[in-house]
Amino acid sequence: MSPSLASLLPLIILAGAMPFLLVILCFVRSHGLTFYVTLLALAASLAALATVTPLGAPKVGILFVFDGLFFFYGGLLLAGSLAVVVLSHEYLSGRPGDVEEYYVLLLGAMLGALVLVASRHFASFFLGLELLSISLYPLIAYRRSAPHHTEAGLKYLILSGVASAFLLFGMALIYGVTGTMDFASIGARLMGLVSGRPMVLAGTVFITVGIGFKIGLVPFHMWAPDVYEGSPAPVAAFIATISKGSMIGLLLRYFSHVSLSGHPGLFAIFAIMAIGSMFAGNLLALFQNSIKRLLAYSSIAHFGYLLVAFLSAGPFKVFAITYYLVAYVATTLGAFGVVTLLSGKEHDADGMDAYEGMGRRSPWLGGMLAFMLLSLAGMPLTAGFIAKFYVVAAGIGSALWALVAVLIVNSAIGLFYYLRVIAVLYRSPFAEAPPCPSCGIKARVVMIVLLALVVWWGIYPSHLVTLIQATRIAQ
Amino acid sequence: MMLIYILFLPVAAGVVALLSERVSRRLPGWIAFLGSAIDFGLVTYLWAGGKAGDPSSGGWISQFQAPWIPQAGITFHLAADSISLLLLALTTFLGAMASLASFTEIRERRGFFYLCLTWTIAGIIGVFLALDLFLFYFAWEFMLVPMFLLILLWGHEDRFRAGVKFFIFTQLGGLLMLAAILGLYFTHGRVSGAYTFDYQALLGTAMGPRAATLILCGFLAAFLVKLPAVPFHTWLPDAHTQAPTGGSVILAGLLLKTGAYGVLRFAVPLFPLLMQRFSTVLEILALVGILYGAFLAFAQEDMKRLIAYTSVSHMGFVLLGLLSGSSIAFQGAMVQILSHGLSTGALFVLVGALQERLQTRDLSRMGGLWSVAPRLGGAAMVFALAALGLPGMGNFVGEFLVVLGTYGSNPVVAVIAAFGFVLSTLYSLRMMARAFFGENREGWKIPDLSMREAAIMVLMVVPLLWLGLYPRTFTDLATRPAVSPSEGASGQIVQPPSEPPEGAGGEE
Repeated sequence: MSPSLASLLPLIILAGAMPFLLVILCFVRSHGLTFYVTLLALAASLAALATVTPLGAPKVGILFVFDGLFFFYGGLLLAGSLAVVVLSHEYLSGRPGDVEEYYVLLLGAMLGALVLVASRHFASFFLGLELLSISLYPLIAYRRSAPHHTEAGLKYLILSGVASAFLLFGMALIYGVTGTMDFASIGARLMGLVSGRPMVLAGTVFITVGIGFKIGLVPFHMWAPDVYEGSPAPVAAFIATISKGSMIGLLLRYFSHVSLSGHPGLFAIFAIMAIGSMFAGNLLALFQNSIKRLLAYSSIAHFGYLLVAFLSAGPFKVFAITYYLVAYVATTLGAFGVVTLLSGKEHDADGMDAYEGMGRRSPWLGGMLAFMLLSLAGMPLTAGFIAKFYVVAAGIGSALWALVAVLIVNSAIGLFYYLRVIAVLYRSPFAEAPPCPSCGIKARVVMIVLLALVVWWGIYPSHLVTLIQATRIAQ
Repeated sequence: MMLIYILFLPVAAGVVALLSERVSRRLPGWIAFLGSAIDFGLVTYLWAGGKAGDPSSGGWISQFQAPWIPQAGITFHLAADSISLLLLALTTFLGAMASLASFTEIRERRGFFYLCLTWTIAGIIGVFLALDLFLFYFAWEFMLVPMFLLILLWGHEDRFRAGVKFFIFTQLGGLLMLAAILGLYFTHGRVSGAYTFDYQALLGTAMGPRAATLILCGFLAAFLVKLPAVPFHTWLPDAHTQAPTGGSVILAGLLLKTGAYGVLRFAVPLFPLLMQRFSTVLEILALVGILYGAFLAFAQEDMKRLIAYTSVSHMGFVLLGLLSGSSIAFQGAMVQILSHGLSTGALFVLVGALQERLQTRDLSRMGGLWSVAPRLGGAAMVFALAALGLPGMGNFVGEFLVVLGTYGSNPVVAVIAAFGFVLSTLYSLRMMARAFFGENREGWKIPDLSMREAAIMVLMVVPLLWLGLYPRTFTDLATRPAVSPSEGASGQIVQPPSEPPEGAGGEE
């Protein structure tokens, strides 16, 4: 096998699995078979990533780079997608309608996410982004039973389209000034740039709009609560973790070449987005009566925290962001996992009343959700605690006092709504609520693994720290 | 290794208690009680065995160190000097009492209750033992969640609001402390090149005045909220009132002491000069706390709230004693910490017993209870007298020594603080008069103290009398906190000339 082919293997496996599944579906429609093929494809891709990719060439063509960042983020996202697929299987079992195409779309979205974290060129960046987005539109609207599912899909489609247009325009502006679409060359040419700075700034801002939309940063966050609420719970989990995580990977790579410090205006824009995301996310979450909307706003706030680390300089920067993302992905998957497992055939478990007294009716699921919320709040014994510690450390190490102060105030605000949900979980139910649906063994394993990881990384993070510290971004 | 056992015994006891609920409904309480009691035994064993102290250890009686997150310079470093041991003894003792006091009050989900109780205690023990600032912060935050759950799940009518208020106040203070710890970490790292969270390494870090002020403010934010000092005290009456009895005992008896411990272990040794400059402001806060807390206690109709406000007043004395440079005042503060924990804890147990019988804490509905329940009344009288500072009880010794020590350096402050004695007499006697004397208008007929409750009262009054009658046992131990030998020699810690430092042999 040629070195470049070896590097590409994780992408090739996913890309091959999609048509393979479609061909199978022409002959056999079986939910179980589709599920296992998808699971196998993702697992094979993860295995290839871990074993074959490090042996291959780090740079393939002009589009891709398979460096430490790809290795770590790709692994994280693939592992996360395994959990999403298992949860999806649990969620889709017994639902009416055809469910098999769901998995094909999921593979497509995952392929897009992998392309994003591997890309080092505007072309592959856009390719990955669109692959991810286009797969997500139908996934969000996959259940067409109620109007708000379709509404969520349409909303995401239109807003995402606008964001892509901005992104393309930004890329065009940067290309117009530098004459290249390769990240490293852009960074090198911008260094010695004398004229055309406003155009570069405008271009970078437009690119930031596109990225900010995908991550859900204020002021491009409007879609998040509606889309989370309207999409099936596992798809919401996918958007919250894998879609956003891949954009963070791309953000890190792009801005490792293009220096932020050269543009004070850009720094200010990111700082405003961080502060806005923290405040808007936390304040709006205070008034939510739907768990999914609440998690959406909380996720907006969390990426605001993450931006604080992003704006810092020095040794902690990439490390703090990556640790935070790992903790966030594991925790959010756990929280959405509970939502998925509690969802009935007709509706997702969304309103607070569905969770009334959950901690008593079903101690494991209720306790799990409470634990994950505490991790999001950054309490000890959870990965979220260490993650928040590192983000604050990154901010203080770079003397970003104002941003750290905002972060601290917002952590206190955020505590309120997490505690409110926990109080609901342990309140006595008003009426005799139906017993919790029992979940299958696969979903149980996934949930226990997530719980174990969040506890492990919260108590003894040393291994993960070593792993992340070894992550390098190729220059 | 001993310290590891002391720290993890409550954690293990909590897990066993949770699991044992399936066997028997009575078992969790006993397991939690035994866990704390054995832990108390371990602490006294360490105390008795390590009193001589190794001169080379700088006053530390026992230490334990293991790598934790080496990449960031974080170690799992526990150490105990004589002050830690005093506080550990109080912690484990009150932990056992709190378990014992909750046997009948808690009716549902007992296993989980005792898990939360013992884990809170484990967090507090961690705070008293941690010598790595990250570990300290970890333990500081760790105790919040089980304490919050105690209030939320087993508390009284307004528990959610009280629990959240408690949580948010302390968490905000805690995060500011985290920022301060990290500020110290980076300042030290840039100067010395060694990035570490170790307490002994960070002592004596050279800092600019502005950075030092900011960092100290971060630490004080956490400590003054926990202590609590006015105006950061507003969480306290709510949390204490709404918590179940066991939770109130731990809150008043132990959680507040972590704030005092923070001041004496971290704020003063890390910033000796700056703390002197801050002392005027802090003394004013302490005085306001003493008088304002007593004043508000006097006005309460809710008996539990009344006792909660007395804590604000009594902890003012503790803060005052820690601030004054005199060793007498410092010893007074330590005695006050111990006695306040015992007397207030006992009063909360009594209010809990009353509430279990009357279903109310409203003083205006009580009255004439002495004749109905003489043992309960008698016990309440003993601890109310302790709280008002009757000679012969620990509180008197503590407050007297604090005022005496402060008088030497700052007579005005001492005189104002002495007015606290008058006010404490007023609120204590008013509480007794309203609840136990007068006319039994509602015709209460209640059972008197049970054997278990009487046993708790006896167990708690013995150390209180000991503190009052022969405080030397404790004041000898309550010398200045230990530091590493090299730092002790740098003259940052003023050694009292008159007191032989028995517990801290390395500082001679």
